[in-house]
Amino acid sequence: MGGVFHAAILFLVAAGLQLVFGVQKIFNLACGSFYALGAYTGISAVGYFVGHGGPPILFIVPLVAGGLAVGLVGVVVERGLLRFVYDRDETFQLLLTFALVLMLEDLIRMTWGAAPASTGGLYLAYGQARLLGATVPVYNLIVIAASLAVALGMGFMLTRTAFGRIIRAAADNREMAEALGVDMRGVYARVFTLGTMLGTLGGALVIPATAAMSEMGIELIVEAFAVVVIGGLGSMRGAFLGALVVGVLRSVAIWVYPELEMLLIYLIVIAVLLWRPRGLFGTAAA
Amino acid sequence: MRTPLALAAVGAALLVAPVLAPAYYVTLMLPFMAYGVVLLGFNLLFGYTGLVSFGHALFIGIGAYTGAVLTTKLGVRHMELILPAAALAAAIVAAPVGALCVRYVKIYFGMLTLAFGMVFYTFLLKFYRLTGGDEGMRMLRPYLLGSEWAGFNKTAYLVGPYYYFSLGVLALATLLMWRIVASPFGLCLKTIRDNPLKAESLGVSVPRYRWSAFMISAVYGAVGGALLAPPTGNVDPTLAYWTHSGNVVFMVLLGGFSSFFGPLLGAFAFIFLQDTVMSVFPYWRLIFGAILAFIVIFAPGGLMGLFARRRGPVEASRG
Repeated sequence: MGGVFHAAILFLVAAGLQLVFGVQKIFNLACGSFYALGAYTGISAVGYFVGHGGPPILFIVPLVAGGLAVGLVGVVVERGLLRFVYDRDETFQLLLTFALVLMLEDLIRMTWGAAPASTGGLYLAYGQARLLGATVPVYNLIVIAASLAVALGMGFMLTRTAFGRIIRAAADNREMAEALGVDMRGVYARVFTLGTMLGTLGGALVIPATAAMSEMGIELIVEAFAVVVIGGLGSMRGAFLGALVVGVLRSVAIWVYPELEMLLIYLIVIAVLLWRPRGLFGTAAA
Repeated sequence: MRTPLALAAVGAALLVAPVLAPAYYVTLMLPFMAYGVVLLGFNLLFGYTGLVSFGHALFIGIGAYTGAVLTTKLGVRHMELILPAAALAAAIVAAPVGALCVRYVKIYFGMLTLAFGMVFYTFLLKFYRLTGGDEGMRMLRPYLLGSEWAGFNKTAYLVGPYYYFSLGVLALATLLMWRIVASPFGLCLKTIRDNPLKAESLGVSVPRYRWSAFMISAVYGAVGGALLAPPTGNVDPTLAYWTHSGNVVFMVLLGGFSSFFGPLLGAFAFIFLQDTVMSVFPYWRLIFGAILAFIVIFAPGGLMGLFARRRGPVEASRG
């Protein structure tokens, strides 16, 4: 069950990565940093809420609100930096997101300090449940449900709404979409912000279960990277299945043979890249 | 005719630096020279062949750990043996890895190299008994030119014999790379970078050339990595972490990837800038991230590109 919880968080971050890659063709290394940003903001928001007399049982409200709100930083990043490099070689785009990784890591350290931070004992505020013979914190189940809801919501948005159709059109053929009158600047800004918010939300939701560290972003990015490679770059369904594969395999490996944990996942990544570079579930676009 | 003059001046400055400069700055030159070797090889792949590896720290790690294992576990202390061993180890790993990676270009090449780099990182981290885990291993002071230099304390050893040894390796590596990029082989790499289809139709075996470039850059990476370890006396898994690979790309971009000496300038600027920034402001990554963003957006030619622009378009066109 720990694996599924981890997969739910991974899915949120990977979905943000996929959305941005699918539409803007930028592999955003900074998605892990957004995740860390969300985590720290979540801690601060919860701390403020509880400190001002909010009932601890409702801590999830400021947590989610803080996580989503700090995702708006995506607009600043997109308008302030990324839009200058859309017509450049993808190497430069990748390096610009690496620059973001460096800056955000230190910004987080400056704001929240280098010591690990946590929300304290709120993790078990919702109690525990017995499920399939195992004891699971109810909070984990909430996060898994929330992640599923986001997955369904994203699926609905992409396939059933006008904005979703525009996103898929932009992912397929940017010039054609633009020629048909789609305002690409607006689409890019919104897509990138949405991708950022998915990452920060993932970070906020993970935080009651684990302590926040300034390195958590650069560690998560390699896992998110494994998820999208296994699932297939740019595919939402791929992000979902890839996250499940990585999350569950990790917890199984930890249980069976801890040395293998991440090694196994990287080996799978390499195998997938070699045999099916488009990923196990990869399709052409989002 | 300005380049030979400038080179002679830089060479002379490097030779007298240990005598004139404070020991502290001389010790900063050691990582510069180690990274110089790494970046020369890296740029054969990046600048000349057009492949951006995000896992080059893999080979730095192999080189550094080869040195540590040889000195601490196998009792081999001679740097003249450590460097070829590092090169050999890198070649053994790079042969299959390269053969798999060069089948892809652009972002897929970058991702595949990143994944291989992280496999090695995880191996270093998890196989505690072999590699010392996250604490890493000690790298004993190597013998140079058959001598132990027993009379020298650590600083004297580093700013004296070790400095000149590194300088010699860097000079050799530079000379060799100069010959490589000027050779027909180097010209084929550039053709492949600019137009792989045309190169293929002219009878150039694109994958084989890419693989050879990968091999050379891996060997350079390991030799540089082996040079990197003795000044700190310690190796740890972060040497192989993906952010270290990112820093390697950063350095090349900072100096200028389209010029032969750009990577060396980049390594120099990176090391000394990092030292300066860290001494006044603890959050050097923030500054460096901003610098990288600035370079990517406004000056993709790096420092060399800025100089070239100032010197006028004629000089600038001689990439």
